[in-house]
Amino acid sequence: MTELTQVTNPKLTVHDLDFYYGKYHAIKKVSMEIQANKVTAFIGPSGCGKSTLLRTFNRLYELYPGQHAEGEIRLDGVNILAKEQDITLLRAKVGMVFQKPTPFPMSIYDNIAFGIKLYENLSRGEMDERVEWALSKAALWKEVKDKLNQSGASLSGGQQQRLCIARGIAIKPEVLLLDEPCSALDPISTSRIEELVNELKTDYTVLIVTHNMQQAARVSDFTAYMYLGELIEFGATDNIFIKPKRKETEDYITGRFG
Amino acid sequence: MAQEHSSKQYDLDLEALRSRVLEMGGLVESQILAAVNGLAAGDNRVLEQVITDDHRVNAMEVSIDTDCSHLIARRQPTAGDLRMVLAVIKIVTDLERVGDEAAKIARLGKQGHALARTPLAAVKHMGGIGIGMLRKALDALARLDTVAAAAIIREDVEIDEEFRAIVRQLITFMMEDPRTISQAIDILWIAKAIERIGDHSKNMAEQVIYVVKGTDVRHISVEQVEREALG
Repeated sequence: MTELTQVTNPKLTVHDLDFYYGKYHAIKKVSMEIQANKVTAFIGPSGCGKSTLLRTFNRLYELYPGQHAEGEIRLDGVNILAKEQDITLLRAKVGMVFQKPTPFPMSIYDNIAFGIKLYENLSRGEMDERVEWALSKAALWKEVKDKLNQSGASLSGGQQQRLCIARGIAIKPEVLLLDEPCSALDPISTSRIEELVNELKTDYTVLIVTHNMQQAARVSDFTAYMYLGELIEFGATDNIFIKPKRKETEDYITGRFG
Repeated sequence: MAQEHSSKQYDLDLEALRSRVLEMGGLVESQILAAVNGLAAGDNRVLEQVITDDHRVNAMEVSIDTDCSHLIARRQPTAGDLRMVLAVIKIVTDLERVGDEAAKIARLGKQGHALARTPLAAVKHMGGIGIGMLRKALDALARLDTVAAAAIIREDVEIDEEFRAIVRQLITFMMEDPRTISQAIDILWIAKAIERIGDHSKNMAEQVIYVVKGTDVRHISVEQVEREALG
C-alpha cells in the first residue's frame, strides 16, 4: 500500500489564517494544504478552533456579525476570502454537513431538489435522475426510493444524516465539509457514513471535524491536530497515529490530556 | 511517556504489561543461566529442571499475548502506546524462543558425553556473552534506553564471530580424531543455540528502538541503527 505522506496536489491552501469572534482570537496564523480527493480530519479538544476553521472554508461565519477572518484560503489558486468572491458560488463549490441532521421540513425528494434549484435549471426528468444519483451516492436510495414524498423528518437519525450528505453532494460541490457528522448517530449508522466518506473522496475533497479520534484514524488520509487555535501538527494519518512528531499530539491521541 | 493517561486503569494496564514482560525475561534469563551452568558442571539434575520449567515460559508467552489482544480491543492504543504493545507481542515471541534454546542446551548437555575441556570452555564463555546480551536487552526495555539497545545490536556481531571461532575449533578436533565427531556435533548445536540467543536479544533491542523512536531498524546495517538510536 503506497500511502501519501505529504500533500502533493492541494485543493485548498490556507496561508496565515487568523479568525476572530469579535475580539476573541480563535484561530492563530494557521497555514496548511488540503490534498485534493483525499479525506483530511481535524482533531483536537473542544474549543480548539477546528469547527471554526472548517466554517472559514465556505465563509459560513459571515452569517454572524462581528466574526471575521484574515489571511488567505486559496481554492484551486483563487483566494476565497477576497471581497469579490461570490459567496453563493463558493457555497455551491464547498458543501457542508452539520453535527445534527438538519433535514428541511419538506419531502425527502424536495430536500435534495431544493438546493439544486438554486443553482441549476433542470427538467423534471433530469431532476429525478439527479435526486436518485445523490441518494444512491449517499447510500440511502434503496431505503427511501418508495417513500420519496414522505417528510425528511420521518427518517431515522442515521438516515437523516445521509439525507443531508445527499443534499450536500446533489449540487455537485468540489469540497465537502463534515462537522462531526456522526456524533449523534449509532455505531451502524456511523460505519455507513464512514464507508460513504471513503467512497466520496474519489469525487470530492473531504474535510471532517471529529471528536472521535478512532474515527479520524479510520476515515482520513491526513490529520490535523489543533489546540487553542493553533495548528500543532499536520501530516499523514498513519504517521500521526503511529509516530507523531510533537509531544502535544502524542499526549492528545493517546489520552494523556488533562 | 512520563505523563499519565486521563484513564488511570489504562496506565495500570500498560504498566502491568511491561512488568509482566520483564518478569518473563527474568524467568528466561534464569533458565539460560541454569542450562549453561548445569552444562559446565555436568549437573543433570539442574538440566532436568530447566527442561521441566520450559512450560512456564510458554505459558507466560500465551498469557501476555492474551493481555495484548485485550488491551488492543479495549483501548485501541495509538502512537507510543501502540508501539509498546506491538513491541511486547514481538518480544515475548523472542523470549519464548530463548526459553526453547535453554531447554535445547539442557537436553544436549544431559546426554552425558564427556565433553572435551577446550571447546566446552569456549561454549561457556560464549554462553556468558549470550546471557549478558539478554540481560542488557531486558534492561534497555525496562529503561527504554536506545543507546544501550544499539550497543546490543553491535554485540551480536561479536557473538556471531565467537560462534565461527568455535566451529573452526571443532573442525580441527574432528579432523584430528574422528571419534570426537559425535560429541563435537552436540557442542556445535549448543554453540548454535547460544548464538541464537544473541539473535533474539538483538531483535528485542530493535523493538526497544522502535518503541522509543518510532523507526523500524530491522534489516539495516549496525551503523544505520546507531544513527537512528543516537539521533
